[in-house]
Amino acid sequence: MAKVAVIQYPGSNCDLDALEILRDIVKAKADLVWHKELDHDDYDAYVLPGGFSYGDYLRAGAIAATSPSLKIVRNAAEGGKPILGICNGFQILVEAGLLPGAVLRNGTLRFACTSTKLRVETTRTPFTSKAKKGQVLEIPIAHNEGRYYLDKEKIPELERTQQIVFRYVSEEAEPTEQANPNGSIDNIAGICNQKGNVMGLMPHPERASLAMLSPDSQTDGRIIFDSMMRTLRGLEV
Amino acid sequence: MTPGSYVVEVIVENKPLARDPEGEAIHQNLILKGGYKQVTSVRAAKLLRMNVEANSPEDARAIVRKLSDDLRIYNPAAHTIQVRIVG
Repeated sequence: MAKVAVIQYPGSNCDLDALEILRDIVKAKADLVWHKELDHDDYDAYVLPGGFSYGDYLRAGAIAATSPSLKIVRNAAEGGKPILGICNGFQILVEAGLLPGAVLRNGTLRFACTSTKLRVETTRTPFTSKAKKGQVLEIPIAHNEGRYYLDKEKIPELERTQQIVFRYVSEEAEPTEQANPNGSIDNIAGICNQKGNVMGLMPHPERASLAMLSPDSQTDGRIIFDSMMRTLRGLEV
Repeated sequence: MTPGSYVVEVIVENKPLARDPEGEAIHQNLILKGGYKQVTSVRAAKLLRMNVEANSPEDARAIVRKLSDDLRIYNPAAHTIQVRIVG
């Protein structure tokens, strides 16, 4: 059976939520692994959870990006294994250079804690394969540094290579300025690497996967974990 | 130049095209409101001050420049840095 590691960094605080969803909701075999103890690529997929690793000092994710665990994650990424970074996990993947760009302080200068609507821009990743292109998911955000940045002239290339996975959108599924909670360039909420197996997003799918705990009792976040499990189970066949 | 301890500063700033909402807020809500209309813009940045043992100020600066690149003290996708000797 495929095994997933949730990597715990000093300051992770959404690690147990992700673990719970993986184990109890999507029925994965999942371990919580302290980042310094991840010394072999023994897992089939890796989740870098949300939180405030190393107190967000220097920059969110910058210090965790030098953790030895990232060597394992980098190898796994090169081998095509699914790697998911949520919120601080996304920031770590960006700072480690596994995903392009930077994640800067919110344009509003406020901690953004709200429900957002995300449009699925590509279904080619192992995390969106069960979604439909253009489908809108309602998933909450909770961050102070979530403004995705890449030089404007590089965005068309990111679009062409289908690396933009989610955009913040309005009720009408349009990427409007009002729907953009943090000033991210082009309303980008989540991206993947060129191969598509490494994905990071600022919203928290693990907080919208269990009706009892999620806003409006909806479970839109599950599709990300369900997609990942389908990919992993497909590999077993 | 003599070996010794040098003070080197690294300033990490958003690239000119990456908005700096903190600098904008300081400019709009403090400096302009306070009547200093001569100030036309503000950029906020992060400053790291390091004491470095080196053979010369140039060496100290080169060490800090190298570590800034190697350890990603800045994210080149969004930031620029200045490295300067201050003592």
